[in-house]
Amino acid sequence: MMARLCIKTSLAKLNYMKLNFMKLRFEQSGLTKSRAALTLLSLLTPGLAYADGGQASSSAHVMFIVFVLATLGITRWAAKRTHTSKDFYTAGGGISGLQNGLALAGDFMSAASFLGITALVYSRGYDGLIYAIGFLVGWPVMMFLMSERLRNLGRFTFADVTAYRFKQTPIRVFSAIAGISVVMLYLIAQMVGAGALIQTLFGLRFEWAVSIVGVLIIAYVTFGGMLATTWVQIIKAVLLLCGASFMALGVLYLSDFSFDKLFSTAIQQHPKGAAVMYTGGMLSDPVSAISLGIALMFGTAGLPHILMRFFTVPDAREARKSVFYATGFIGYFYILTFIIGMGAVAFILGDPAYFGADGRMIGGDNMPAVHLAHALGGDLFLGFISAVAFATILAVVAGLTLAGAAAISHDLYANVINTQASDQQEMLVSRCATLTLGLLAVLMGIAFQSQNIAFMVGLAFTIAASATFPVLIMSMFWRNMTTRGAVAGGSLGLVVAVVMVILGPAVWVQVLGMETPLVPYSNPALFSVSLAFAGIWLFSVTDRSAQAKLERSRFEAQFVRSQTGIGAEAASH
Amino acid sequence: MQQSMLDAIQQLPEYQQLVKNRSRLAWTLSAIMCSAYFGFILLVAFQPAFFEQIVWGDTITIGFPLGIGLILLAFVLTGIYVYAANRQFDALTQRIREQVHA
Repeated sequence: MMARLCIKTSLAKLNYMKLNFMKLRFEQSGLTKSRAALTLLSLLTPGLAYADGGQASSSAHVMFIVFVLATLGITRWAAKRTHTSKDFYTAGGGISGLQNGLALAGDFMSAASFLGITALVYSRGYDGLIYAIGFLVGWPVMMFLMSERLRNLGRFTFADVTAYRFKQTPIRVFSAIAGISVVMLYLIAQMVGAGALIQTLFGLRFEWAVSIVGVLIIAYVTFGGMLATTWVQIIKAVLLLCGASFMALGVLYLSDFSFDKLFSTAIQQHPKGAAVMYTGGMLSDPVSAISLGIALMFGTAGLPHILMRFFTVPDAREARKSVFYATGFIGYFYILTFIIGMGAVAFILGDPAYFGADGRMIGGDNMPAVHLAHALGGDLFLGFISAVAFATILAVVAGLTLAGAAAISHDLYANVINTQASDQQEMLVSRCATLTLGLLAVLMGIAFQSQNIAFMVGLAFTIAASATFPVLIMSMFWRNMTTRGAVAGGSLGLVVAVVMVILGPAVWVQVLGMETPLVPYSNPALFSVSLAFAGIWLFSVTDRSAQAKLERSRFEAQFVRSQTGIGAEAASH
Repeated sequence: MQQSMLDAIQQLPEYQQLVKNRSRLAWTLSAIMCSAYFGFILLVAFQPAFFEQIVWGDTITIGFPLGIGLILLAFVLTGIYVYAANRQFDALTQRIREQVHA
């Protein structure tokens, strides 16, 4: 019905609606408190302070509460099916290819990527699409070279694969450190973004917003494990794809389904003019452009929460199918975000309803998609998109927390600290780790609230591409790699990535306030990834120890299992 | 896996065919994806003026079909791999498993 409503809305009606909206919002501000008092959200958290500037109507609260109740119901259902560590980490290995494809897409289509890429298209035009493409192209390569092998070799975490034929302690510790670094950076970025977004949309105080996210994800993960996390992710992915489709359809409808018309309206509106369709200054430095390409492409194949999903499907066949679906959904989603971003330029840029007196967009630079939702579908649809954005944050944070907890309980505890641990002990540790990570995420979110954290997701991808990915791919493809080579090369990649980002423009200048960066490139992946591979090679070929000989001799058995799946973990139900 | 079983599997013609066909397909498709993407990135880095050409109507520059094309290429390549793998690799794997357990 909503779709029909929108399609009947002409541009003229839209402007009329906006006038009404301004009036409405004015009237609403007095009502917000009494309406909000009706919502369960405020019952759950008595004494909530509603800051000024909350945008979403009560419909957003209702839709969000429906989502929360539904996901808590799922968690209850999943908790009854989560008994062993295998259930906890991999949902018993019984997720289908399509379900896992949606969940993988859900992990990737974060609120940061939905709002961030549409905002990038809104401000930079075509350059935003270049970013989106970079995020997508890692998927096919991951499918061709890794998906089946990961499923055939691993049990719970990617470190099961990297440690397959090597000395457990050093490889597990290295993998856990790299994995937890990626998870923490990603988590802080999501939490800070979440707090700011929820503050704007729901008028909730930042501390309350991140605390609610923290409490809910701890509940999902500790009780429902991977099964609950996967279904939360699937539901959110479907909601987000529907919402984004509706917005793109609305934009195209207003442009008479002509891209030419959409782009020419955008060109008239945008301060960059026709250049909005060209590639601009963002990627003008070749080293940074290539580095960014490497980080995005190979970083995807090194993200612990993505890699962990390959162990939730029953076999290699479902593993590759899940990447096929994920690539389709993510590709479709990025096409939508480009249309939505251009639509925001064409239909809301310069509209006084969405800009403050200072000329800046209400709610911050990441809000074009949210305002466009309002322009297209009114308060009801704004409420829907706000609720979806909140749901997206919950789902992504839950997935990250589970991956981090698995690194602690499976890689560090059960394989290094206490190798005799029972299944029950490992489960207990993973639940404690979930609780700790959840609380840490809330505290870090609050601590970094007003810090410039724009570099964090980029750094997470760079570490994943420079530390996790090289060790993982070489362990599966290169017979001569040894424990020493893996740990030395991977650590080299990790350290170079971190140091070069700190000395680069994103941290040295924008965070630490120095004049000129010591490293001129915005992304160091070209160097850190190359050095990681070089390090793995050098420290492996010079390794003549008996241990190295043993590790090389185990390659045949690993290779045969990776190809055939004989000896691989089966689904438990 | 025991050494005798390992040797037996490696001797199987089905296994040799599986490894050969799969790695040929996987590396070919990866090479196509990487060269298309990094070709595109190099074009962005070294020939930004290329993106100013208008190919359709008054505003649609070459970058638009190129970008959408890359996204579609990624999807089509994964489709090709799944199609080939479902038709061929699973049957080969099944035959290998049967012979191992026989």
